[in-house]
Amino acid sequence: MNFPVLSIITFTPMVAAVLILLMPAQRRNESRAVALMAATFALILSIWVYFSYDQAAAGYQFVEKYNWLPALGISLHFGVDGMSAPLVLLTGVVMFTGVLISWGDEDPHVKAGIQDRPREFFAFLFILASGVFGVFVSLDLFMLFFFYEIAVFPMYLLIAIWGWVVTREYAAMKLTLYLFVGSVVSLVGALVMYWMQYKNTGILSFDMLVMENAGFSQAFQNAWFLPVFFGFAVLGGIWPFHNWSPDGHVAAPTAVSMFHAGVLMKLGAFAALRVGIMLLPEGARHWSWLIMTFAAVAVVYGAYIAFVQTDMKYMIGFSSVSHMGLVMLGLSTLNSTGLTGAGVQMFSHGVMTALFFAVTGMIYDRAHTRMIPELGGMMKIMPFAGVGFIIGGLVSMGMPGFSGFVAEFPIFMGVWREQWLVAVIASISIVITAAYIMMNIRKVFFSELPEKLTGHVGDITVLDKVAIVTLCVLMIGIGLFPSLMVPMVQTGVENIIRLLGGA
Amino acid sequence: MDFIATHLLSMILFFPALAAVVMLFLPKDENKLYRWFAFGASLVPFALSLYAWFNFRTVQTGFQFEESYPWYEAIGSSLHLGVDGLSLTMVLLTTLLTPLAILASFSITDRVKPYMMLFLFLETGMLGVFMALDLLIFFVFWEIGLVPMYFLINQWGSANRNYASLKFMIYTMGGSLGLLLAVQMLGVLFGTYDLLALYDRWNALEAGTVLLGMSVHTVKTIAFWAFVIAFAVKVPLWPFHTWLPDAHTEAPTAGSMILAGVLLKLGAYGFLRLILPLYPLEAKIFAGALAFLAVAAIVFGAFGSYAQTDFKRLVAYSSVNHMGFVVLGIAAAAFAVGTEDARIALNGAILQMFNHGLSAAGMFFLVGVIYERTHTRNLEEFGGLFPLVPVYGGILIFTSMASLGLPGLNGFISEFLVVRGSFGVGVNSVPVMAIYTAVAMLGLLFTGAYILKGIKKVLHGPLNEHWAHGEHKLTEINTREVIVMVPLMALILWIGLYPAWILDVINKAVVMLF
Amino acid sequence: MISSTMFASILPEILILVLAILIFIVEPFWKDEKRRNVGWLTAGGLLAAMILSFIFGQPGEPTATLGGMVRFDWLGFFFKMLFMFAGAATALLFMDNEKIGRRGEAYLLLLASLLGMNLMAASADLVMLYLAIETTSIPLYILSGFMLTDGKSTEAGFKYLLFGAMSSAIMLYGFSLVFGFTGTTSLYQLAGMLNAGSLSLTAAFGILALILVGLGFKVSIVPFHFWAPDVYEGAPTPISGFLSTASKAAGFAVLVRLFFVAFPGYAASWTLVLAILSAVTMTVGNLLTLQQTNIKRLLAYSSIAHAGYALIGVVALTQLGAASVIFYLAAYIATNLLAFGIVMAFSRVTGLEEIKDYAGLSRRSPWLGLMMLAAFLSLAGMPPFGGFVAKVFVFAAGVQAGYVWLVIVGIINSIIGVYYYLNVLKFVYLYRMPNEDEENHPVPLTRPYVIALAVLALGVILIGTVFAPWFGWSDAAALNLF
Repeated sequence: MNFPVLSIITFTPMVAAVLILLMPAQRRNESRAVALMAATFALILSIWVYFSYDQAAAGYQFVEKYNWLPALGISLHFGVDGMSAPLVLLTGVVMFTGVLISWGDEDPHVKAGIQDRPREFFAFLFILASGVFGVFVSLDLFMLFFFYEIAVFPMYLLIAIWGWVVTREYAAMKLTLYLFVGSVVSLVGALVMYWMQYKNTGILSFDMLVMENAGFSQAFQNAWFLPVFFGFAVLGGIWPFHNWSPDGHVAAPTAVSMFHAGVLMKLGAFAALRVGIMLLPEGARHWSWLIMTFAAVAVVYGAYIAFVQTDMKYMIGFSSVSHMGLVMLGLSTLNSTGLTGAGVQMFSHGVMTALFFAVTGMIYDRAHTRMIPELGGMMKIMPFAGVGFIIGGLVSMGMPGFSGFVAEFPIFMGVWREQWLVAVIASISIVITAAYIMMNIRKVFFSELPEKLTGHVGDITVLDKVAIVTLCVLMIGIGLFPSLMVPMVQTGVENIIRLLGGA
Repeated sequence: MDFIATHLLSMILFFPALAAVVMLFLPKDENKLYRWFAFGASLVPFALSLYAWFNFRTVQTGFQFEESYPWYEAIGSSLHLGVDGLSLTMVLLTTLLTPLAILASFSITDRVKPYMMLFLFLETGMLGVFMALDLLIFFVFWEIGLVPMYFLINQWGSANRNYASLKFMIYTMGGSLGLLLAVQMLGVLFGTYDLLALYDRWNALEAGTVLLGMSVHTVKTIAFWAFVIAFAVKVPLWPFHTWLPDAHTEAPTAGSMILAGVLLKLGAYGFLRLILPLYPLEAKIFAGALAFLAVAAIVFGAFGSYAQTDFKRLVAYSSVNHMGFVVLGIAAAAFAVGTEDARIALNGAILQMFNHGLSAAGMFFLVGVIYERTHTRNLEEFGGLFPLVPVYGGILIFTSMASLGLPGLNGFISEFLVVRGSFGVGVNSVPVMAIYTAVAMLGLLFTGAYILKGIKKVLHGPLNEHWAHGEHKLTEINTREVIVMVPLMALILWIGLYPAWILDVINKAVVMLF
Repeated sequence: MISSTMFASILPEILILVLAILIFIVEPFWKDEKRRNVGWLTAGGLLAAMILSFIFGQPGEPTATLGGMVRFDWLGFFFKMLFMFAGAATALLFMDNEKIGRRGEAYLLLLASLLGMNLMAASADLVMLYLAIETTSIPLYILSGFMLTDGKSTEAGFKYLLFGAMSSAIMLYGFSLVFGFTGTTSLYQLAGMLNAGSLSLTAAFGILALILVGLGFKVSIVPFHFWAPDVYEGAPTPISGFLSTASKAAGFAVLVRLFFVAFPGYAASWTLVLAILSAVTMTVGNLLTLQQTNIKRLLAYSSIAHAGYALIGVVALTQLGAASVIFYLAAYIATNLLAFGIVMAFSRVTGLEEIKDYAGLSRRSPWLGLMMLAAFLSLAGMPPFGGFVAKVFVFAAGVQAGYVWLVIVGIINSIIGVYYYLNVLKFVYLYRMPNEDEENHPVPLTRPYVIALAVLALGVILIGTVFAPWFGWSDAAALNLF
């Protein structure tokens, strides 16, 4: 396995970003085309990685290791396991669909998608994508931070420049600061771990596979687990540090919301898992009750807040808080069922919110409002988008036959194993979710088309449809055939369980 | 043939869904094509289930046509299908009613394609519940069926459909919440969802075992009620029935047919397939409570029905009334497990499920027929229509009589069996259930009252001249509509005269359940 | 007596001197409008000097040359390279500055101060050190006040002169006390004598405090930072850039050598003081930066904060600490010069220096906008730019030495930093010009700017991504301290 596929995936968007920036600003369609090609290329590679991952062998595969700074034990160490391979695929998918729906329609009457400086937009979006890929494949703690931060800063620009005029400055700044605070808190934890490892074993290395054996004492783990975990979990939208997230979603342009909810929040959860739980397993055990409590609150509270929203994006934003709460809930169980569920939920939620935001964006671009009471009758105008949204809604409420169920069910089972009361409380969210999703679908898609919108709202483009179909196929595919993803995630979970000392 | 024999159930199950997917790719705006395609597609599972019916060996115990495919190995769930006499009856009912409902929907002109697709998906959802031998698969199909029904009501229903459909959805989902949690708990406890394994292991739990920090008894009681509530909402049992009149009234005709004909059976089926085998002890303890609720449903259903002025609502409440008998039979059987009385009551309950499927579907369809012509369902606006539409009138009276329980028609057989069975059930020859049964008979009396009221208001009495002339002139029932009714009426009569053919199959299942 | 090592040890300085003489000779022959070419000559000459020194003047084992006045080691060498790089970039940035671009003496003064800096980095003797510091400072005083007709510039020059003279006097006093107590001026002999316990703790502390005043002024740590914003704002912008980077780095070079080599025995007492100074410097610098509306003042105040971050590495008092400081300075020199370069390029065209004037810059000149993005994100400590890695290394050193609280202060401060740097980028990328007609207001760049900015931007990115060689050199330099 000498073909460096992971580095190619990781750096493809970066290279594409540079290429796009080198193109003249007025070649708008050409920049889009380059973006689409790069996205497709990355998607194909990530599909290839996903399917050629050898589940029987498990462990980290497609491993590449280049010494980057041997003096401090920093290396460019890439590899995927069953946990990260789906997330790499997810990133590929979201990137691909994000480009598709940002292409938009140049017609001045429609002006959907990104029409203001698409060149810069795609360049920043791709830098973000590179960072995201990098985090998912990094096995080196330093590099993980490196890519993590790369993923954070383009968000600021993307939201602030192309976002919703009303709140973008506030939201972009809030988001960036929250995430930056979170990441540097984790960074301190990581540095402390690094030196503690040196003290214990005499090895200077940021390599996480080495760090697993650093022999951190129980007291040390108890003390440092919380900062490390929560630092990352901020990006995962964990309650009570979630409130940057809905604001960010609302302000962000469509493709960025997709990235944000679809992938970035996974970044937080994933890093919290990989660094927090996998490197400090005893600490995780010690604090799992706290995470479980927070997560359960997030699940119910997020759903309830989503229920009372009138802005579609806020609704989806809070529903993400609720769903990411389920991921955290799964992580907090620390048993194989719960972790498997969390892994699948990350993917499922990623695809689902990406779809939600895509459709919401399409509606907003054309109707110029996202307020649920002001919308209606979209099913007649954009039936394709409507069906997509409904499928997303069904996933969101955990309807069997869709990926949401496949993901949520094991999470709940995992929680049952640890604390049945939490499972009972968290399950309330299912009904609330069903209620707000159904009410939203009814009002936005099925009620009468308001007079104000009659006439000037048109159907979505072909590219939009391709994006919707791609996302829907994934959700239904996994829903009907869980074996497409679950065994993969399980191989990753086995490793985590091993680090947790069996169980 | 070998393939069909080994994959019979999965073919029945997935054929409608596949057909629906294929429909997606049919050309645009070909309403006629969609209708016939859907109808044809729904006949295939019917034919297959007839094949199953005739190949079903009544002498053999256990589930037949079993199939099992790995589905969600991580949590120990597989697509395990199989039928016994109980489920086969229900499968037959479903595959029979679906083509009829589709045929009844030929009058739909608005967005035919999605309508037909939803119907086919709905059929898969319902069949899945009846065939599942895996608790998780059961739940999966249980929930999936909601979605198409929701959209059918919400999109093709009448004026108040938004409210009704949401209520339907939230009630059912809310009800299923406990079921979901209990299912999860079972899965966690045993690491498998296979029903046959669960039957054994769940019941084999020692009384002293501590689960989740509580005694087995407590856990089982809680889980029992979680199951009961989920199914009681669906049946619907008083006081969980309030969603039903709304949903029925607002649903399109074919939707009501399926809703009353099959969906309500899902709840009763849940009682039989899951509650009785999994919680025999708890069922016995709480049989009185169940019987009470059932009787309340019978009586209040009848009263409620009598009080309606909306024809469709009247029929809707009658479902509450009739389904009450099903649960009464189940409660009696649970109380007196293993006795002859219990067997009779259970036979009656299952047959009642089938019968109610036929007559309720017919009644809703007939209401739909007249509604399509008059655009009103208000009983006060009808009157004396018999001379105008004699054929329709005849069919209506025939079906109503079946619903009323006229001897010679199917309703009588099943209700008699239920009453007969539960009447004799008691402790130490004190017939505890007799009181409930007696009160239920009061309900039966009112059944007669509301049925006759309906007939009278529509067909007899002074003619409302509005419908006699001009553009409002009432037209006779057409051939297509008659074709819908013929199979139903034939079965109603046949079972009424010669119930043995179906009772044989049912009885087999009953014997096996206990 | 005269050996090749001796030559090699001051080869860069010799080359700078040769270059200066060359300019002296050539400059009068050029007509006024061609005088700007002196910039090319300076930059090219410095580049050549760097290459030559790199080939012929690489240090081996650390040795003392020129009678112990100069230490020939990687620490000095790496700093010299940095200074010359900064000098070359600054020379390019001089060229199209109206006020100084065509004045040959400006380039000469630059070279003169560069010479001083080089010697600062290499000096191993208090006398040499003081001379070097003055050689550095005096040309800079002049350059700061170079624009005689500009009130702010003269104020800057005068202020810098007064503060500088004052603080160097205090430092000199400290030096003389050292000599008085120990009888030696050689840094490397000091270490041994001080370790012998010949000095009471109070005395040592007092001496250190006096020296710290002088160096603190140079690197502008709180409370010796007052001069910085006014001088940076008033001085010609290229000079501000040079002051805030090379000059500051030179200060650090001395600080590191002095404290690591000469006073390690008193570590306990002075690291805590430095830690507190570092925390105060970061915090005050950042809080003051928050309120700035002038871009030069913003950079000035933020450069105070950066001195605070770099100090964390000194506080750590480990090899990694020293290496991280050096690395930090390398990254910071590239980054901040880039930032000042952009400010220059922008104000040359528009004449404006307020942050709000940058509205719409990314549309007026996308490339300038992008480079500004790189510079400011690097300052904020975001990857893939140099600032991120540098900060992580400094923090890592801090954690290693057990100064977790200081690292946390640093982190809180870098969060504040992110806030105000992003605020500037908000103007560049988000806001628009009043009439939204950016395409009519391009910001053209002349060739020297393009070259200087491109090289610097590339440097910022290279330091941030391929950081192994840079760290390797920093580490080699740091090794010489132990």
